Amino acid sequence: MSDDLREGRIVIVGASLAGLRAAETLREEGFTGSLTVVGDEPHPPYDRPPLTKQVLLGKAAATAVGLPMRRDPEAEWRLGVRASGLDTVEKQVLLADGESLPYDRLLIATGTRARPWPDAEQGALDGVFTVRTVDDAGRLAERLDAGPSRVLVIGGGFTGSEIASACRERGIEVTLTERGAAPLVGALGGVLSIFADRLQRHHGVDLRCGVTVTALRGDGHGRFTGAELSDGSQVEADIAVVALGAVRNTEWLADSGLAAGPRGVACDAGCRAFDMYGIVTDDVFVAGDVSRFPHPLYEYQMMSLEHWGNAVEQAKVAAHNMANPGPRRRPHLSVPTFWSSQFGLNIKSVGVPTFSDHLVIAQGSLEQGRLVAVYGYRGRITAAVTINMAKWLEYYRHLIETAAPFPPAPEAADRSAAASFPIHSDVPDPAVLSHGPTVTLTGHLPDRRLTRVWPTG
Amino acid sequence: MRIVVDLNRCQGYAQCVFFAPDLFELHGEEALLYDPAVPEERLEAVRQAAAACPVQAILVGEEVSSRVR
Ligand SMILES: Cc1cc2nc3c(=O)[nH]c(=O)nc-3n(C[C@H](O)[C@H](O)[C@H](O)COP(=O)(O)OP(=O)(O)OC[C@H]3O[C@@H](n4cnc5c(N)ncnc54)[C@H](O)[C@@H]3O)c2cc1C
Ligand code: SF4
Repeated sequence: MSDDLREGRIVIVGASLAGLRAAETLREEGFTGSLTVVGDEPHPPYDRPPLTKQVLLGKAAATAVGLPMRRDPEAEWRLGVRASGLDTVEKQVLLADGESLPYDRLLIATGTRARPWPDAEQGALDGVFTVRTVDDAGRLAERLDAGPSRVLVIGGGFTGSEIASACRERGIEVTLTERGAAPLVGALGGVLSIFADRLQRHHGVDLRCGVTVTALRGDGHGRFTGAELSDGSQVEADIAVVALGAVRNTEWLADSGLAAGPRGVACDAGCRAFDMYGIVTDDVFVAGDVSRFPHPLYEYQMMSLEHWGNAVEQAKVAAHNMANPGPRRRPHLSVPTFWSSQFGLNIKSVGVPTFSDHLVIAQGSLEQGRLVAVYGYRGRITAAVTINMAKWLEYYRHLIETAAPFPPAPEAADRSAAASFPIHSDVPDPAVLSHGPTVTLTGHLPDRRLTRVWPTG
Repeated sequence: MRIVVDLNRCQGYAQCVFFAPDLFELHGEEALLYDPAVPEERLEAVRQAAAACPVQAILVGEEVSSRVR
């Protein structure tokens, strides 16, 4: 039995971070059969986080972000061709060029794409960008090199905030609009969003919160010139970056019979996809941004994480389980981790900050610009966020994994005075944000609504 | 050759900056910025940086482009 799983045909759809790491792991696990990786981008797997950091800062070329391999997965790479459908009965992936690829086991790793501006005509104006791919980032970096008079960033999540940061560092004027009360409020809650608000203003961002962009304007020749805001004001700018969150790439699975939709592809803790009746498959696996999976630390809610570390860890577990029989399979249980760098600060998180009712500032303070915020839900630690205090994360990861009581015990020597006063973590309903949340809890807590699904546009 | 740093793991110890300051830099106190493209002549320095990283966060390797069939 275990020998069978080391042979046969495996197809991976999605040639990015999760797809590459899964392919490598399959070979490490002794898979000797044929391996095909299909990707609709013409580029081999590359790393996205540098796109809004090094690349926009002009410190690395957009063409330089190719991901290094841990080992050669000896795969056939079918790049520049989209998977257009999946037949789970005949077990084949249909490609847009008309070919079909038979498989014994399939990994779905099609990730997400940038949510486009809702009005297609306005979104097509020259000067309007989204940032998800190397091509997006390369074109935007070129425009930034040309010295625009002002950049309008629409959406104050991590991506929008990093773009605003890169522009300011290059001396470019920036207006950032966010429908919520402050930047990053959707990911970090009210308290740290106040910090993010001050930070952005301190660095010269013209920050407009509690407003939406109602229209993008052109000059009549197809060039973007500015935008109208919901408060009646206008912003003149020559570039607009739409940072409204991500859309999961599941359309190609519409007729597959799998539990796939705008929230992602549902799978079990072993990365096996569910079909539309909620019955688990044993030959279709899911990993990375496109997946939604139950997490025991968060009451087995179905979670979607747009996190680099999750794509890596989940891909490894999926690949292991694709090459090993039942009793030797492993669950994907790793605690979510995330980092962002913006305005010269290192922001990191472990756990799920939005899964919280209270927080304490356990070390440092908003005033010092370095701190550890510890989040709790119903008396248990569920997350920690550090700003320039990353060395504390390991300690809190352990507390989260062991469901330690909240507020945390006074272990740390340089504990702040605020550490003993839990305050409401003030996590907003995602419906009030401009951008989509990068962590989506799709279950329901009795006291809160934490999910919002957009129609795909 | 290419590098990728697992910034979830990176603790900002800056040993890598010491070995290859042209490719790794700390942005502010803690945020590591690096150039993912390693010129051939800097490969040795980058390998030393990767070996010196106390949390083994730096992966050096060939990118897939050289293997696409
Ligand atoms: C600008 C930016 C900055 C980021 N910064 C951070 C950060 O600082 N920290 C962090 O933790 N995370 C960050 N992330 C998130 C991180 O990059 C993602 O979590 C990661 O890329 C997910 O990998 P994936 O392989 O699951 O999906 P993706 O990288 O989305 O890859 C999916 C691939 O599948 C392809 N595909 C889709 N549909 C099809 C189809 N039908 N047929 C064939 N191919 C298809 C896509 O084109 C894409 O190439 C950032 C993301 C972006 C865009
Ligand atoms: S040596 Fe390792 S931990 Fe230190 S800054 Fe470099 S990558 Fe980060």
